[in-house]
Amino acid sequence: MSTSDSNASQGSIQSTEALQAEAASRSRILEWIMTVDHKRLGIMYILAGLVFFVVAGIMAALIRIQLAVPHNHFLGPEVFNRMFTMHGTSMVFLFGMPTIAGLANYLIPLMVGTRDMAFPRLNAFGFWIFLFGGCLLFYSYLGAPGIYGSGSAPDVGWFAYAPLTSKVFSRGHTVDYWALSILLTGIGSLATAVNIIATVFCLRCKGMTLFRLPLFVWMVLVTAFLMVLALPPLSAAQIMLLLDRFLGAGFFDTQTGGSAVIWQHFFWIFGHPEVYILILPGFAVVSEIIPVFSRKPIFGYPVMVAASIMITFISLGVWAHHMFTIGMTSVGNVFFATSTLLIAIPTGIKIFNWLGTMWGGSLRFEPPMLFCMGFLFQFLAAGLTGVMLAIVPFDWQLSDSYFVVAHFHYVLVGGLLFTVFAAVYYWYPKVTGRMLGGRIGKWHFWLLVVGFNLTFGVQHFLGLLGMPRRIYTYEAGRGWELWNMISTIGVVFQAAAILLFVYNLVHSWYRGKQAGPDPWDAWTLEWATSSPPPSYNFRQLPEVGSRRPLWDLKHPDDPDWYHEE
Amino acid sequence: MSLVRAVRLKTARLLLAGIFLILASVSLGAEDRIHKVQNVFDPHSTPAHGILGIAWIVLAICALIFVVVGSLLVYAIWRFREKRGDQGTEPPQVYGSNQIEMAWTVIPLLIVLVLILVTARTTIEIDEPAFPADALQIQVVGHQWWWEVVYPEQGFITANEIHIPVSSEDDPRPAIIQLASADVAHSFWVPQLGGKRDLLPNHPNRMWIEPEQTGVYWGNCAEFCGTQHANMLIRVVVDTPEEFEAWVLNQQRPPREDPAVAGGRHIFETMTCINCHAVGEKGAQNGFGPDLTHLMTRGTIGAGVGETSRDDLYQWLKDPDSMKPGCYMPDMKLSERQLNKLTDYLTTLK
Repeated sequence: MSTSDSNASQGSIQSTEALQAEAASRSRILEWIMTVDHKRLGIMYILAGLVFFVVAGIMAALIRIQLAVPHNHFLGPEVFNRMFTMHGTSMVFLFGMPTIAGLANYLIPLMVGTRDMAFPRLNAFGFWIFLFGGCLLFYSYLGAPGIYGSGSAPDVGWFAYAPLTSKVFSRGHTVDYWALSILLTGIGSLATAVNIIATVFCLRCKGMTLFRLPLFVWMVLVTAFLMVLALPPLSAAQIMLLLDRFLGAGFFDTQTGGSAVIWQHFFWIFGHPEVYILILPGFAVVSEIIPVFSRKPIFGYPVMVAASIMITFISLGVWAHHMFTIGMTSVGNVFFATSTLLIAIPTGIKIFNWLGTMWGGSLRFEPPMLFCMGFLFQFLAAGLTGVMLAIVPFDWQLSDSYFVVAHFHYVLVGGLLFTVFAAVYYWYPKVTGRMLGGRIGKWHFWLLVVGFNLTFGVQHFLGLLGMPRRIYTYEAGRGWELWNMISTIGVVFQAAAILLFVYNLVHSWYRGKQAGPDPWDAWTLEWATSSPPPSYNFRQLPEVGSRRPLWDLKHPDDPDWYHEE
Repeated sequence: MSLVRAVRLKTARLLLAGIFLILASVSLGAEDRIHKVQNVFDPHSTPAHGILGIAWIVLAICALIFVVVGSLLVYAIWRFREKRGDQGTEPPQVYGSNQIEMAWTVIPLLIVLVLILVTARTTIEIDEPAFPADALQIQVVGHQWWWEVVYPEQGFITANEIHIPVSSEDDPRPAIIQLASADVAHSFWVPQLGGKRDLLPNHPNRMWIEPEQTGVYWGNCAEFCGTQHANMLIRVVVDTPEEFEAWVLNQQRPPREDPAVAGGRHIFETMTCINCHAVGEKGAQNGFGPDLTHLMTRGTIGAGVGETSRDDLYQWLKDPDSMKPGCYMPDMKLSERQLNKLTDYLTTLK
């Protein structure tokens, strides 16, 4: 940089200015690439997540077009199979996980009142290894030699059941791309998890005891523990799979005596906690937004914390409910049905506590609150279909049908995605200093509610009418035409909603109303600093005396610490 | 079943009957013997009835919870919305209540306990039944992308269509189906007869059905098994006992040898067909491709992509990929004369 500056100084004044401007803009990009600032990493995580979300969403739309009518020739089976594999894999590992990591990164240091995450460089490493993994997965479309030497993506489904993944049944390197890239993003997630735990335990500001942590931080903290416990089995399984494929190890290769069932155990002992890794941060967002827009503190804070911890523990012992059809013993089946049903209790407690928070409040239906309301109803439905799936005999009918597809989209779209939008509408002013358009926000919400419920609501019926998941075509006359058509029509509404959202993001960046430090009249520490916050977050590290430090400031006559035990 | 009836609530029944009607409205026209619409709410066999019984209980409980909690949410959203004059004031700050927390912990816990008990009972009932020693045994082996069906006691092999006799109270005839896979994971699912069960390599499984109504029941492979997972259809044909005996007798017969189609048989036996397929003693007995000994007694070819008509067979032999893209049946580049002869031969395999 210094040499270019000295060279420039020999030229005319104008060219010096031009060169300086160029150097400045170059360094702005470089600054983002080399940053270890938790806020910038958080933003990059969320933006990368959104890009993958749009790509995987377009895939979902193509899948729905293919299934709109029977005997459709829009996509061939190979293309279709790659598409649902990439859709699922991307939505879970390249949209869900990084978006959560982004929110956690951006908000946790601000909420606990510190200047950065505990390990800033590890943080940057986590982001870049995730992004590399994501790009590697999509590079498989060009790089993985598939059949006939053409490039192609993985086509074994996002849970990649053995032995379909063995060398015999998946020639070329498509499965290797899947295993390796997700292994890498897993390393990134582990780095984030370790960082979250260290930050929350070691860097809280003065007065911020564990029982004064915002619920967002609590729930993301238990999520981080869940990541540390659940990701290694997946990584181990993926390494074993790669050993199978490259060195003929034979862990999962049934033709050399391996076990298809062991892969399922490995995958789901990761895969079910993963569902909670994805939805607990959703709970975290809702637990921040509902109180602020109800103008009341969260109802039953200690119970909410306890329920989160209970969910974490129980979720480690429910995985085989994905495997009721593999022919376990009745004892095994009933054990996993029991643990799965038990997890409904702490989850129910959460819903009741949100209801209790709203009860007697003064509800303001700004877009963040609207998305939380959508979440409550849709997650309630998702929880109840989850109870149905836990009933072993009923699961023998529902498993691997469109009922399951509907169920987990109610959890992950109706649940997680709605809370992600709630979070974006709530914290966008903090991140950018400008408000997101409220009117467009309401259109976005209602279009998404209609589209989402059209698309996925009717899929419950498809499952009950015997439509298996992951079929690329079906014959007419099996009772599925109407529901598939309705399901596809819903996509139009959802696509419109997402377009409005993207427009809102970009438009508000330039034209949005100035937000000021605390547009929602909220109570947690991130609202105590400017919007956007300076790189050091707080001029002076704050000191807190209760769970709602800004409430105490705004209401010195009736501070929270007076009521908290 | 007495428990099932006891728990059914009248109101919930009405509600669920509504859903059932919506579902059933699409299945009109399934009055005839072919059950193409695989409605879980329209079972015709014992384990499927048992499953539906417990399903009604769970649906009733879940619908009730949804209505109660959903109404509370709607009420709270409406009743406590911000009103004029709320600005600038904050509502009373309530931090929680241990009594209320206790209530909404204990009530769900009780519901969950009931569900666990009901689940345990039905799971064991269906999974560990006591069968007569002479129950019909069938082996089903999953292949990419078709079903091999073996009748070990009767001593023949067929594919994609399973025949079983109908059961009645005086003459119960449960069929025990042993499940295995030759390659990847599959799952056997005929919703109107029973729940699904996976076919896994190195992991033998078992299920049973006991249908009480004759007819043809459709089903699918329910576990993603590769390119043509979608076209891996099952048809279970429930016969009267007499029809079943006749069908077995025919299957046990050696293949027909019609001298009029000797040319086609010659093609079958000298080209590569017999590397994968078998007709009687002739050809591959390794089950790589479906056994064709009595091909024309089946309703479909290619696990459901076509009918056993001359046209479909001809097209299938000419270009299998046009009917089932990605399947392992190769295009043998036969001449039109060869195709016609071969099709003529296959259509005699009754």
